[in-house]
Amino acid sequence: MSDCPIQVRGLETRFGQTWVHRGIDLVVPAGEVVALVGGSGSGKTTLLRQMVGLLRPNAGAVSLFGEPLFAGSRAEQLERRRRFGMLFQHGALFSALSVFANVAFPLREIGIADDAMLRDLVQLKLAMVELDADVALRMPAELSGGMVKRVALARALALEPELLLLDEPTAGLDPDLSSGFVRLIRALHRALGLTVVLVTHDLDTLAALATRVAVLAEGRILAFGPLDEIMNVQDPFIERFFHGERARAALARGRGMG
Amino acid sequence: MSPEPRPLPVIRLECEGGAPRAVLSGDWTLRLLQPDLDAFGRQLEQATADGAWDLEAVSRLDSFGALLLWRRWGRQRPPGLVLPDRLEPVFARLAELGDSGLPVERGYRFLDGTEGVGRIFFKMLRNAVGFVALIGQLVIDFAHLLHTRGHWPVLETSANFYKVGVRAMPVTALVGFLIGVVLSYLSALQLRAFGADVFIVNILGLGIIRELGPVLVAVLVAGRSGSAMTAQIGVMRVTEEIDALAAMGISPYVRLVLPKVVALTLAMAPLTLWGSAVALFGGMVSANLQLDLSFDYFVNALPRAVPVANLVIGLGKGAVFGLLIALVACYFGLRVKPNTESLSANTTASVVTSITVVILVDAVFAIATRSIGLPR
Repeated sequence: MSDCPIQVRGLETRFGQTWVHRGIDLVVPAGEVVALVGGSGSGKTTLLRQMVGLLRPNAGAVSLFGEPLFAGSRAEQLERRRRFGMLFQHGALFSALSVFANVAFPLREIGIADDAMLRDLVQLKLAMVELDADVALRMPAELSGGMVKRVALARALALEPELLLLDEPTAGLDPDLSSGFVRLIRALHRALGLTVVLVTHDLDTLAALATRVAVLAEGRILAFGPLDEIMNVQDPFIERFFHGERARAALARGRGMG
Repeated sequence: MSPEPRPLPVIRLECEGGAPRAVLSGDWTLRLLQPDLDAFGRQLEQATADGAWDLEAVSRLDSFGALLLWRRWGRQRPPGLVLPDRLEPVFARLAELGDSGLPVERGYRFLDGTEGVGRIFFKMLRNAVGFVALIGQLVIDFAHLLHTRGHWPVLETSANFYKVGVRAMPVTALVGFLIGVVLSYLSALQLRAFGADVFIVNILGLGIIRELGPVLVAVLVAGRSGSAMTAQIGVMRVTEEIDALAAMGISPYVRLVLPKVVALTLAMAPLTLWGSAVALFGGMVSANLQLDLSFDYFVNALPRAVPVANLVIGLGKGAVFGLLIALVACYFGLRVKPNTESLSANTTASVVTSITVVILVDAVFAIATRSIGLPR
């Protein structure tokens, strides 16, 4: 499996005296939507940040597209970085730039200077995330929470990534907006053949999107597989997480979204 | 274990019985096209837009590659297009876009300059009104605090005093000392030509204590503490901390602005004294080396040359400058909008305005005190 988008082997992380990860092994196969779930403080977001190289683990290694994350020359590392897009929890739009400039930013950075081409590309990306063309001139501060996420997704898609990482894609959105966003991500996943890794603790989103679920607890991957398999694993954490009354209702809702 | 390289995009131009045909193969993706974008652009130019296009052998096509072709075709499918079903959705998406395009930002017009002047005028007017409103709000909240015997922000004031006063001492000393040395050195050159060496005490004493000390320290503090105050309050505005305070029924003016204003007003008089003293010491050292003026003489002549009223004026000016710097800094901090551009613009405005205000007020002081403390 040399061209697996993400391979994590023996990853260990420690913050001060606290161990967050004690040996994590995870292989994300191409074309799947993998959801990382776990209680708060279980290191989901930390793991996501380590996958893209924003944080370095204390031990273990991460490989992207079959190559170690930090291997090779600067140019090769940059090349690898451009093959994935990341959606941050709060969007992380550049607040000094307009929506157009935000989405065009990564494209300009790789040397596409033709203005007409840039405008077409940005229009296409905005249409992909179902935004009207007239938001292009607005500033991030003038957008609603749901629009910020959509623009951030458009920016993450700007470089035609093969891998998309989403940190809490539906946190802070109302149920209607978040089901819209879930539909959008699923449609993009189908249309573009992306591999998606998402961190979430929203069970609606999980049930509607994920083809595989990785449960993170006590610093390990407790279980990894399709949701139905996970539901049958005997473990106190999974028991609490997936079999509570609220959890059942949420999972049923999420499945209904399909 | 290196992954297999993807097939490079290739375009082959054929001529089948006079009809031009373009055969594409490989991965038409941004990743593979981008390194040689110009060359592909030129090759596409050579193909006939409304000829036959064969995309059967294309292994991957992303929206960038599709858009490149779409633009070459003049935003429509060429009549002789051979398109496999798996690539259909990409072009369907492009066709849906239409050709309305993105809204264009309005360019610069001739009248915009005039409009800009008007805008600046009204902005200044608004700032002046806002500044007065801030002072008014501060007084009202302060009166309320006196009246209700609420919680006095003593701890915050003390912390601010330490931050803007004590922590500013090293830099004030360094700058003051060097200015003193330079001033003394330059004056000494002139004075020696007239044999008026001893008057160095009068020049340095009056100049530094009454004028240079307070202004120098004020400019330093505006750059150092004023900008920090604006940035701090600005970030608190961005992260909604100020709204959180207001929602708890706590006046942000009492809790944030008042401690800063009081602390800087109180800190500036001693800081001015400290800065002036070090500057005088620098001047004394330089005079000793340059003019052989003994430290003893300098210290003894100083009270005779500079009436004590000058010290009062100098320290009073320092306190007033501190008050103004803190008010200006807090005013601009509270105006920050939640984006990085606004934060930087307001921090700049804060420093520029407070230095300008300091110099303006210094001129007012110079006129108002022109008959006080000057030797006749």
